[in-house]
Amino acid sequence: MLEIILAVLVLVGAVFTLIGSIGLYKLPDFYMRLHGPTKATTLGVGAILVASALYFSFKEETVSLHEVLVTLFLFITAPVSAHLMAKASLHIRTRMESHTQNKP
Amino acid sequence: MKRGTRQTVEKANASTLPRWKKWLPHPLLSLVLWGVWLLLNNTLAPGHLVLGAILAWLIPLLTSSFWPEKVCLRRPGVLLRFIGVVLWDILVANVVVARLILLPSKRLQPGFVTIELDIRHPLGISLLANTISLTPGTVSCDLSADRRQLLVHGLHITDAHQTIDEIKQRYERPLQEIFESC
Amino acid sequence: MLSTVIEISFALVSLALLLSLLRLIKGPDLPDRILALDTLYINTIALLILFGLYQGSALYFEAALLIALMGFVGTVALSKYLLRGDIME
Repeated sequence: MLEIILAVLVLVGAVFTLIGSIGLYKLPDFYMRLHGPTKATTLGVGAILVASALYFSFKEETVSLHEVLVTLFLFITAPVSAHLMAKASLHIRTRMESHTQNKP
Repeated sequence: MKRGTRQTVEKANASTLPRWKKWLPHPLLSLVLWGVWLLLNNTLAPGHLVLGAILAWLIPLLTSSFWPEKVCLRRPGVLLRFIGVVLWDILVANVVVARLILLPSKRLQPGFVTIELDIRHPLGISLLANTISLTPGTVSCDLSADRRQLLVHGLHITDAHQTIDEIKQRYERPLQEIFESC
Repeated sequence: MLSTVIEISFALVSLALLLSLLRLIKGPDLPDRILALDTLYINTIALLILFGLYQGSALYFEAALLIALMGFVGTVALSKYLLRGDIME
């Protein structure tokens, strides 16, 4: 049972990580590319970390929660770095897709 | 649960023992530091409990001049509900964004929207910006210098007004309740 | 079963790393490269944790934590540099 949960978490995590990078690779302009890594990749890595926390908790039969720390850290820092990168690229006027609505 | 007990501890400090304020300037920060120390060492051994408690007491005390503002949380119920809503939205957001990414990108309609902020508390604003970045198809890009407008980029915006309303209803309102009432 | 799934996940995450690397090479602008580096370090964390699971060793966690800290500081410093033309103020 545990193994199935772990397998699902690891696989879902890896798939979301990959989707984040696909977004980074194929979307046409910087502002759109920003969406992939901030959301999909963060959740993907989060899922893998939760799987790791579960695995070591059951293997060593004690509660092993320090992976939660990395997950929390990632969830706090991902939006911050996304915001900073977006702000920087607005500042240096990175090219944006021509059909973007309501350009600043 | 945890947040609630933290708050009552804080309240007790404020009302019955005002002199504690001087020796324990940021009870919330101390609790978080203690928790992080125990998580980092991945143990509940008595030695680490004591060492962590000492550090959690000393660090806020020695750095208290860097934190002039007092963080206070009202309405733990609203906060818990908000955290639940955001976590659920993050899960939904990821499925939605994954689908958008895998669609042909010609069909996407990216766009910027400007949100007029009603919330004034700085911590509230930064939490709002972070929440926006983590949830459906939106990333917060820039905050105007007077802290009244937030520029948000959406991956696929069909109706700008609806997007703005949703953000205001779902995230700004509860954050305002949590932070503005004190 | 778990080890098979982890092996498949290795492949998926490695592909993600490769795509980020391609974006890093392609650019075309500086923010794109910063974003690619940011994604690269997050993917590396995933790969490390997977390896830790595969080996059944909790040691790799420390490395993952360090990479997370350093990566975040790096991204912030690079963005700041674009924003102000200067890192320290």
